[in-house]
Amino acid sequence: MPIIVVEVMPKAELLDPQGKAVAGALARRGSSFTNVRLGKRFELSFEGTADDAALVEARELAEQMLSNSVIEDVVSVHFAAGVSSGAVA
Amino acid sequence: MSRIGVITFPGSLDDRDAQRAVRIAGAEPVALWHGSHSLEGVDALVLPGGFSYGDYLRAGAIASLSPIMAEVVDAANGGMPVLGICNGFQMLAEARLLPGGLIRNDHGAFICRDQRLRVENVSTAWTSQFAANAEITIPLKNGEGGFIAPADELARIEGEGRVVFRYLEVNPNGSLNDIAGVTNERGNVVGLMPHPEHAVEAGFGPDTDDAMRSGTDGLTIFTSAIAALVAA
Repeated sequence: MPIIVVEVMPKAELLDPQGKAVAGALARRGSSFTNVRLGKRFELSFEGTADDAALVEARELAEQMLSNSVIEDVVSVHFAAGVSSGAVA
Repeated sequence: MSRIGVITFPGSLDDRDAQRAVRIAGAEPVALWHGSHSLEGVDALVLPGGFSYGDYLRAGAIASLSPIMAEVVDAANGGMPVLGICNGFQMLAEARLLPGGLIRNDHGAFICRDQRLRVENVSTAWTSQFAANAEITIPLKNGEGGFIAPADELARIEGEGRVVFRYLEVNPNGSLNDIAGVTNERGNVVGLMPHPEHAVEAGFGPDTDDAMRSGTDGLTIFTSAIAALVAA
């Protein structure tokens, strides 16, 4: 069954308090990573062919429902690794 | 008697408080259900606070897609007074009935306090009974109350006087321009993060200089809507 992955991040110019809290914990454990931004990953499964039409539909859903363009950006819509995609095939 | 609907969503917490506020203000509260497509002929609507759907996806996002929201959008576009409190404000922003968006508090923590506000627009359906620039105190309690909007939209709503409530003394959540509540172009839809329904009856409101828990500054929001309905 094909899976499309949608990744959404808080807008770069907005403060990301969750990422900041994680970064604070990293600093306390001595990590060399200094900045963390925390977003969301959705995995959308469907019956059918892994083709461009599915990607278009997922992108539309990502922009209209899975993200809010006032506060977030859709950074990626792609087929999960291991799934052959009509877009690349 | 005016009938004001209060919509209960899965995870609403303050629906009964909002119904009580409507009753104390002098209207008949009507309990509405998110899964229905009927507004049962009400004259105005309140979307109450809480954590609908656990704030999954985004605060207010899933509730904004509830069956009843189709009717809410139609009613709002038709001029019906609609008030969104806290999670209800987040729903109205998600439904694009109000400008901007609400994000996690800048300090990362949930905050609960009695909050001083200035009422900067007294021509909306929900604020007409306030004196211009009235200063009020009502409870605030949220984790995702940071109001944001793109710079051009922020300038536009400021320029059009659509900031209805502004935080005074403390900005509790990192909201841009200390914005606590906004309205739509028509002035019938208002959303705010603080909770007027928790300041409507002496003995159960914020402390005042006069007496503990005697604050009833939130009541005027509900009586304003009733006055607007009677005048209509």
